[in-house]
Amino acid sequence: MKCLGKWLNKEGRLDHHALILIPAYNEGERIGRVIREIKDIFPSIGILVIDDGSKDDTKLRALEAGAQVISHPFNLGYGTALQTGYRYALRKGCEEIAQMDGDGQHDPTFIETLLNTVRRGEGDIAVGSRFLTPGPTRPEYLPYRPPFLRKLGMIFFRTITSMIIRRKVTDPTSGYQAMNRKVLEWVSGEKFPTDYPDADVIIMLHRAGFRIKEVPVRMFPSKDKKSMHSGWKPVYYLFKMLLSILVTLMRK
Amino acid sequence: MPIRNQIVALLIGFGMFFLIIELVRRRKLREEYSWLWLMTVSVILIFALWFDFLKWVTSLIGAIAPSSTIFMFAFLFLIFISLHFSVVISRLTDRNRELAQQFALLELEYREIRKKVDSSHGKQSPGAD
Repeated sequence: MKCLGKWLNKEGRLDHHALILIPAYNEGERIGRVIREIKDIFPSIGILVIDDGSKDDTKLRALEAGAQVISHPFNLGYGTALQTGYRYALRKGCEEIAQMDGDGQHDPTFIETLLNTVRRGEGDIAVGSRFLTPGPTRPEYLPYRPPFLRKLGMIFFRTITSMIIRRKVTDPTSGYQAMNRKVLEWVSGEKFPTDYPDADVIIMLHRAGFRIKEVPVRMFPSKDKKSMHSGWKPVYYLFKMLLSILVTLMRK
Repeated sequence: MPIRNQIVALLIGFGMFFLIIELVRRRKLREEYSWLWLMTVSVILIFALWFDFLKWVTSLIGAIAPSSTIFMFAFLFLIFISLHFSVVISRLTDRNRELAQQFALLELEYREIRKKVDSSHGKQSPGAD
């Protein structure tokens, strides 16, 4: 796969080099459908699934659905999987990339909006926000309703992030993003926090001088998902994120 | 210091010293990780041989019994050694991650090249793309 030099938009126009990165860990049941949905809308876009040492048939299902697959020899975590994808895209000379989750939580129709935001230069990185509504009257954009504790966490990090970068950020924990090559180079480097890249990345990128643009997207509630937000993980997550933000601010 | 205490401390100190040197000699312990242990041993030996120094340090830190001083230093060293290990483990984790990423990237590249070679030989290549 070249960085899929051909990126057809809806008008069938040939466009820049773009690639969609999908980190996946044990998503065998969902990954196929996610890839097919993307291919329905963007038949010739490059799709790279980063199989993060899955124990199920994620790799096989992704290959079947027509994606390119890169496999970690063992589980290294979401952030590392993303970074492997970034490094691949960088090597392949991609002009811009989009990233989304492999569980079908992100509505693929918004890939184009995200990529176009970056392509038009409105931001170096476009972050898909589930809390901005594209058009309040449209019934399909029902507000996303996270569970209470999760919502609390989101509001907390939204406030902190907005305060630090002095601009309103509604959804800093969103993994639905697009970025240009300059950002790609940065996130492929050593400074990228590979354990839980999240609100801290937004702050780091802001401090590195990149422009961040939020774009309204639709997300579905994830079903039967044993995500990272279960058990003791949220406590660790909260702690890690606060520490990461703190040292980011101290680093200069 | 009572002579029995001194003998026990000296035995422990020299025992540890020779153990560490032997481990380094047999390449079971790397030199770079042996220095903290050797420092621990040196402090034990200095305290055992030079009781006045131990008493001086004891009064300096405000302790009453010299044994408290020894305990405190032992504890301090253990903390430092653990911290040192955490640093080493963090570095190893980073390198391990880097290695796995490079492996995954190379593996995909290898598959791509392999596919190209196979198809140029007129063989049917399996898989996507």
